[in-house]
Amino acid sequence: MKEQGWQIRVRGQVQGVGFRPFVWQLAQARGLRGAVLNDAEGVLIRVLGPVGDLPEALKTQAPPLARVDAVEVSVAVFEALPNRFEIIASGEPGAETRVTPDAATCPACLEEIRGHGRRRGYAFTNCTHCGPRFTILQSLPYDRARTTMAPFEMCPECRAEYENPADRRFHAQPIACPTCGPRIWLEVGGQEVPGDTLALAVARLHAGEVLAIKGLGGFHLACDAANPRAVAELRARKRRPAKPFALMCREGDLAQIVTVSPQALSALKDPAAPIVLMPTLGTLPANVAPGMTELGVMLPYTPLHHLLLDAFQGVLVMTSGNLSGEPQVVGNDEAREKLAPFADAFVMHDRAIARRLDDSVLRVDPPMVLRRARGQVPGTLPLPPGFEDAPQIVACGGQMKAALCLIKNGQALLGHHLGELDEALTWEAYLQADADYAALFDHQPQAVAVDLHPDFRASRHGAERAEREGLQLIEVQHHHAHLAAVLGENLWPRDGGKVAGIILDGLGLGPDGTVWGGELLLGDYAGFERRAWLKPAPLIGGDRAQMEPWRNALVRLDAAGLSDWADALFPKAPREIARQMAAKGVNAPLSSSAGRLFDAVAGCLGLCAAGQSYEGEAAMRLEALAARAEASPQIRFAGEGAEIDPAPLFLQLAEGGDAAGLAYAAHEALAEAFAVRARAFVQSGAAQAVALSGGVFQNALMSQLMAEKLFDIPLLTQRQIPANDGGLAFGQALVAATKLET
Amino acid sequence: MALRDTRVTLAHGGGGKAMRDLIEEVFTAVFQPPGMEDQARLTSEALAVPGARLAFTTDSYVVSPVEFPGGDIGKIAVCGTVNDLAVGGAKPLWLSAAFIIEEGTEIDLLRRIVATMAREAEAAGVRIVTGDTKVVGRGACDGVFVTTAGVGVIAPGCEMAAGLVRPGDVAIVNGVLGDHGATILAARGDLALSSAIESDCAALGHLMADAMQAAPDMRAARDLTRGGLASALNEIAQAAGCGIVIEEEALPLRAEVVGMCEILGLDPLYLANEGRLVTFVPEDQAEAVLAAMRARPEGAGACIVGRAVAEHAGQVRMRTAFGGSRIVDMLVGEQLPRIC
Ligand SMILES: [Fe+3]
Ligand SMILES: [Mg+2]
Ligand SMILES: [Zn+2]
Ligand SMILES: [Zn+2]
Repeated sequence: MKEQGWQIRVRGQVQGVGFRPFVWQLAQARGLRGAVLNDAEGVLIRVLGPVGDLPEALKTQAPPLARVDAVEVSVAVFEALPNRFEIIASGEPGAETRVTPDAATCPACLEEIRGHGRRRGYAFTNCTHCGPRFTILQSLPYDRARTTMAPFEMCPECRAEYENPADRRFHAQPIACPTCGPRIWLEVGGQEVPGDTLALAVARLHAGEVLAIKGLGGFHLACDAANPRAVAELRARKRRPAKPFALMCREGDLAQIVTVSPQALSALKDPAAPIVLMPTLGTLPANVAPGMTELGVMLPYTPLHHLLLDAFQGVLVMTSGNLSGEPQVVGNDEAREKLAPFADAFVMHDRAIARRLDDSVLRVDPPMVLRRARGQVPGTLPLPPGFEDAPQIVACGGQMKAALCLIKNGQALLGHHLGELDEALTWEAYLQADADYAALFDHQPQAVAVDLHPDFRASRHGAERAEREGLQLIEVQHHHAHLAAVLGENLWPRDGGKVAGIILDGLGLGPDGTVWGGELLLGDYAGFERRAWLKPAPLIGGDRAQMEPWRNALVRLDAAGLSDWADALFPKAPREIARQMAAKGVNAPLSSSAGRLFDAVAGCLGLCAAGQSYEGEAAMRLEALAARAEASPQIRFAGEGAEIDPAPLFLQLAEGGDAAGLAYAAHEALAEAFAVRARAFVQSGAAQAVALSGGVFQNALMSQLMAEKLFDIPLLTQRQIPANDGGLAFGQALVAATKLET
Repeated sequence: MALRDTRVTLAHGGGGKAMRDLIEEVFTAVFQPPGMEDQARLTSEALAVPGARLAFTTDSYVVSPVEFPGGDIGKIAVCGTVNDLAVGGAKPLWLSAAFIIEEGTEIDLLRRIVATMAREAEAAGVRIVTGDTKVVGRGACDGVFVTTAGVGVIAPGCEMAAGLVRPGDVAIVNGVLGDHGATILAARGDLALSSAIESDCAALGHLMADAMQAAPDMRAARDLTRGGLASALNEIAQAAGCGIVIEEEALPLRAEVVGMCEILGLDPLYLANEGRLVTFVPEDQAEAVLAAMRARPEGAGACIVGRAVAEHAGQVRMRTAFGGSRIVDMLVGEQLPRIC
C-alpha cells in the first residue's frame, strides 16, 4: 500500500554537526514516522504525516555548529510504511563527505570538565557541538575509524552515549573519557615526569619557563606573558626580536589586558575561537608586542587549554611552535627534535594531529579575517548569483600566505593559510592541501586558475597540474583576483555591473610586465581596466626592497627632490649603489606598490629603516604610530589624472613635525587620493560601487578612512575572506569561472 | 710589421691584404704551434683506443667588459669550452676559435685577448687548431664576441651523466661561489661597486682528470656557469630523478660576495662562475676527490656542499643555518619580485 508523505531536503553545513539526531528528536517530539539520512547534497528527511512546523524548526533550532542554507519540502510517496522514525547510517558513496571545522569546547562540555562527573578534569572532552574535526581527519568518510581517534577503543559508557540519538554525544566521532581516551603528560628531555601534568606545567610557567604545548592543529610555545624575562627568553630562543606574540587567557581575565568590545567578545567566543586583535591596556610587558597598540588574544579552545588556564590563573603567550619561517610542528617526535632548543618542558598528548592548522586571526573594528585557518576550514562559502552553474575550478593562490580555493555546485571551499611556498615543509603542506581538499570536495576540476607571475610556486604547480590532467589553465592578474575576491565575498552578482576597485597591496605582476600594487581598477569578474595608479618607483634589489624600508624611502625622496634629506636620514646605507641601480635598471623593477609606499613613509619616520625583523613590521608600526595621532597636517597627493604622485607627502615629512600626526596624514592622503577617483566613477555611473581589497586593507586605519570618505557610496569590503593573498585564490576561481564560460 | 692601424676597421674584414695581415699577425702567429688553419687535419692515438669516444662542444662568449679583474673574454672562451669537455669526462684536445669584432676595436686589445687564449690553451693542454674572424660595423656587436668549439676524447669505460646520480652521493664544489658574477657586476662600472674580487675563471681539465682518478665511480660533473650552482643542481636533480639537499652553512661564499648580493638583492647561488664545477661521487670516494682537488690551485677551496637524497625527487632544497629547509628553484626568467 502506497501512502503520500513529505520529503525535506536540508542544505548547508549540516553533516558532522549532530543534525540527524536533532531531526530525530524533533520527529520524536511530533510523533512523526520516517527517516533521516546524510547524502552527497546534505540531509534528507522523509516523513509520514503532517510536517507542521518541522521545516521552520530545522532552521531556527539547528545545532550550534550547523549552518542551514536551504530547507526544501516536496511530496514523497512511501512504498513501505515506516513504523517509527529512524536514523539511517551513511553508507552510500558520496555521503558524509563534509567535515566541519574544529570547534571550541562548548559550554556543556566545559561544565563537565569543571564538574564532578566522569569527565571532570578530562582534557579531551567533546561532543557533537564541539571538539576536533578537521585536525583529526585522516581520510573520508568522516567516522572514527578514519580519524586519529581510531587507536582508542570506546569504553562501554562512551559507546552507549555514542549510540544514543538522544545523547549530546550521539555519533560524536572523537568521543572519549579518562577510561578509554587520550591522555596528557609532561616530559623533559624525552622523559615523562611523574605527577599531575597540569600542576607541573603551571609551576614551570610560574617559574618563567617556556613550555611546548601540544594543541589542536599544532604545538604552541607558551610562557607567562606577565613575566618580561620569560618573554625575552622566548624571543631570544626563537630568534624573533619583535613580531607580536599571540596570547591566551580566560574570558574573565581579558579586561585586565585589553579593551574588549561586544563585537570582539562575540568573535572570541565563536566556536572558531580565533585570535582577535584588541586595543592593549598596556598592562603586559612591552616585549609581548613591541611598538603595537593592539594585542592578539584568544580564549582557551580545548579542554586542555581550559584546564591549564584554570590552574595558571593568568595570561599566557601562545605562539606557534616552529622554527622561524617553518610551519608549526605537529608530531610528538618532531616536537622533541625541533622544539627542544626552545622549550624547557613539553605538555604532550597521545592523540595525533592529522592536519596542521594555525590559529585564525581577525580584527573586529572593522571586521576582517587576517588569517583564515583553524575553526574556519573546511567551511564553505556560497558563490554570488550567476555562479550557480559555474564549472568546477581549482585556484592555486599566491606565493606568500598561500591558500587554495575550489569551487563546485555554487559553493567555494577556500582552504587554510599555508604560508610562503619556498619553505619546504609549507610546500609539502600545500601539496597535501591540494589533494585533501579535492577529496573533501569530491572535486573534478575542468580548469586551473593561477596568478600571472611565472615564478610563484603555486603558478608553476597549477600549470603542471593542468598539463598532467589535461585541464584548461587560466592566468589571472593578481589585483584582478583581489578585486574578484571582494566582489565574491559580498555576493556581488555576476551581472551586477562594474565597480571601482581600490586595490592597495604589496605587489603583483601586471600584464604590462611591471609590478603593480596601488591601483584603481574599473571592472568586474570578467575583466578590468587600470584607471589610476600610484606613480611607480623602482624596487631596489627586487624583493630585498621589501625587507629594508630605506630603499623605498630613498627612491621616493629622490623623486621628490629630497636627495639631501635622504643622505642625512640614511648615512650608512649604500645609497650611491642604490641610486645607480635605480638609474640603470639593475634589479630595480618599477612598482606602483602601496605597501612599499608605506614602507617608504615608515623609513622616513625612522621605523625599521635599516631592516624589518618580520614581514609587515614597518607597516604595522606605522599604523600603530598613526593610531596615537592627536592632530595631523592635511596632505594631498599630486596628479590630476590617472597617475597619483605621493611626492607632496615626502615634502611634508621632510619639513618634520609630530611623527604620529605625519603617519596619520600619510594614511589619510593615500585614502583621499583613491577615494576621490573612485567616487567619481560611481557618480558618473561608470561604476556601481567601490570595492576595497589588497593586503594594505588589513590596516584598520586605512579601512576606516576609506569607509569615512566613501560613507555615502555603496562600499564592498573584505570581512570573511582575507584582503591579503590568503583570499587571492577565491578571486582567481571566480575570474576563471567567468572566463571559462565566455 | 704589416699592421699599421691601432684599431680594427671594416677593411680588416674585407677579405683582402688587410685581413690577411690581421689574421697572420694577431692570431695565427700567436697560437702555438701555429694553428688557425681553415681546416685542421688531426690525428690522435687516444682516438684509436677501442671504446674511446669523441666529445664535441661549442659555446659563444659575450661579456661586458671584455677585460675584467682575473681575466678577459679570451680566457673565458678557452676555459669555458675546456670545462664543458672536462665535466663530461673528456680529455680536452683541440679548440677552434671564431671572432666577431666590432669596427673600432683596439688591435692591442685583440692582441691581449689572443695572448691570454694562447697561454690558457697551453696551460690546459689543448691546441687551438682552426679559427675565423669577421669584422662588423659599429653597434652590430659589442667589442668582441668569441665562439670556441672543442673536441676531446672520453676514455673507454668512462660513463658520466647527471642521470647516474643516486641518493647518498655527495656533492662537491671546487671553490668559492659567485666570484666571477660578482666581478663582472663590479667591473661593469654602471654601479658604484668597488671590489677586490677577481673572476674565478680557470680551466678545469686537469682538476677533473685528477678527481676522476681519485673517484673511479664519479657519477657526474657540471660546470657552474650561467645560473650558478642553483641551476646546475636543479638540472641534475631532474635528470637523476632524486632530490638534492645542500647545507647553507657549508656553502663556500666570500663575505664580500655575500655583501654585494645583499645590496643588489641577488642570490649568490644563482651567480655565474667560470672556473667552478660541482661533481657527485659515492660517499666513500668523497675524501679522495677533495684531496685531489685541493692539491691543485683551482681546487684549493674544494668542499662538500650537500648530497643527493631519495626524497623530493627533482627538487633542490637548502637546509638553512637555523635548521629550516628552503626550496632552491630554477628561475623561469629574470628574477621578478614576489613578496606581496
Ligand atoms: Fe596581493
Ligand atoms: Mg656550453
Ligand atoms: Zn561539547
Ligand atoms: Zn570512555
